Amino acid sequence: MKNILAICEKELKSYFSSPIAYLAMAMFAILFGFFFWNAVGYFVSISVQSVAMGRSFPMDLNEMIVRPLLLNTSVIGLFLIPMIAMRLFAEEKRSGTIELLLTSPVHDAEIVIGKWLAALALYGALLLISLANIGFLFLYGKPDWQPLAAGYLGLILQAGALLALGAFISTLTKNQIIAGITTFAVCLLLWVFEWVGGYETAVWAKAMAYMSVVSHFEPFAKGVIDSKDAVYFLSLIFLGLFLSVRSLESLRWRS
Amino acid sequence: MIKVEHLTKRYDNFVAVRSIDFEVEKGQIVGFLGPNGAGKTTTMRILTCFMPPSEGTATVAGYDVLTNPMEVKKRIGYLPEAPPLYPEMEVSEYLTFVGKLKGISSADLPRRVREVEERCAVTDVADKLISKLSKGYRQRVGLAQAIIHNPEVLILDEPTSGLDPKQIHETRELIRSLAGEHTIILSTHILSEVEQTCDHVIIISKGQMVAKDSVSNLTSRLRGQATIALEIEPRTGSLDDAEVMARLQQVAGVSKVITRESRVGRHDFEVEAQPGQDVRAELARTVVNAGWNLNELRAAALSLEEVFLELTASEKEKGEAA
Repeated sequence: MKNILAICEKELKSYFSSPIAYLAMAMFAILFGFFFWNAVGYFVSISVQSVAMGRSFPMDLNEMIVRPLLLNTSVIGLFLIPMIAMRLFAEEKRSGTIELLLTSPVHDAEIVIGKWLAALALYGALLLISLANIGFLFLYGKPDWQPLAAGYLGLILQAGALLALGAFISTLTKNQIIAGITTFAVCLLLWVFEWVGGYETAVWAKAMAYMSVVSHFEPFAKGVIDSKDAVYFLSLIFLGLFLSVRSLESLRWRS
Repeated sequence: MIKVEHLTKRYDNFVAVRSIDFEVEKGQIVGFLGPNGAGKTTTMRILTCFMPPSEGTATVAGYDVLTNPMEVKKRIGYLPEAPPLYPEMEVSEYLTFVGKLKGISSADLPRRVREVEERCAVTDVADKLISKLSKGYRQRVGLAQAIIHNPEVLILDEPTSGLDPKQIHETRELIRSLAGEHTIILSTHILSEVEQTCDHVIIISKGQMVAKDSVSNLTSRLRGQATIALEIEPRTGSLDDAEVMARLQQVAGVSKVITRESRVGRHDFEVEAQPGQDVRAELARTVVNAGWNLNELRAAALSLEEVFLELTASEKEKGEAA
């Protein structure tokens, strides 16, 4: 546990002493800000229209702003997560510091978990920025907080899963760019697998659709925490971390 | 302290280390001497549990590197050829991180960090970024990192490579000062480095062990087998190289004389003596008696390549004699 914290702390410091953390935060703040502004703008124009037409049905903030916003946020994650994960191991392999980690009295699993937690914490920091925008909804309206919390839990789980896969991909190469691009491709594939389920009903299509991140995130965005979705993300996290540990081990045999 | 038996490391189609055996006693400084690619780094990486051996065993303080790597790692400080530094960290911050990894308790950690900073003379750069340090300082931070948990065994891979002469001298002094408390294995491809810093030497070439001996034994084995270089000048007129060679050849114990190509107007010769014979005094006398000026006479240092040839040849002779 102490070792995990030491590695996590070091990794977070590295993020914040390189441009990566600031770049990711700036990109996220701009993109999320735009999506938020856009969603609120749309909401306002719809409200004005319905008032003008004499209809005054109650407008649902969660339905109209929070849900699309959460779905958009998970898309932003798709681009930022490879950026966060790519350096985790590739950098250490390139600079040779991996020799320090692997010859210290630390278990490989502790190294992997420590690094993964740091990456997840950075993603958490991004989400904190988004809360600054969400705060305005609470200031001027009364959205339900429970579906919002479920959505954020979904975002964290999704990021955890993709970061674990990214960490594994990062153990395979010395080149951060290769790690980043490969992770992006994998994330994107896990995204678009869902499309197959739209027109094909064979078992393979169902399996592909099941593997898709989107189909498991959507319930969270609606505010529904379903154990089958949570299990999906948790198993993906476990798989990614497990593969990373095995890959670190095999590094000893291959190098 | 360290025991290596039949250690072999194979890569896909290439044997990096072939059946090496050696033992290192507590407190010794052992030099691992060999040209680049001889298998020094591979052997060290096996000892530090960075990679497993293909065959054979290696134990450190009684713990096997394969079955008990955690215990081995606790007892080893390792400086790889490229110091494993994080350029974005400050020196103290880095040493604190390594200290945590090595399991130093948080109560002792600040004191240990200060101690090794003083020991390795990096106190004045303690709060500088590692990326701003010179190569010599980086090497010392690398050493500080290796000794922070006061390990029983220190493994240093080419600790002086890439340093300037002053830094090399300082690093050697530092390593010498660490002897006694720690058992040290250091690798190098510089013969004189072994002579200056180590008690014992293990010579490997192409993955095989060529010799293991104490440094004093090794130097005495090699003494007298050196070639001797001479620069001779005529007192007046010109000098006939053939005549010089004939005269030198007559000196007792000389086995071979050759001329060396040299600048115009200089006459350089190399003399090989029979093993065990010191012919320098007799050579000098011969030259002076012949009426020439002896401008230089020195035993040409053996290159590492020549040492290998010498050692492998003498091992063979021994084998044939037995």
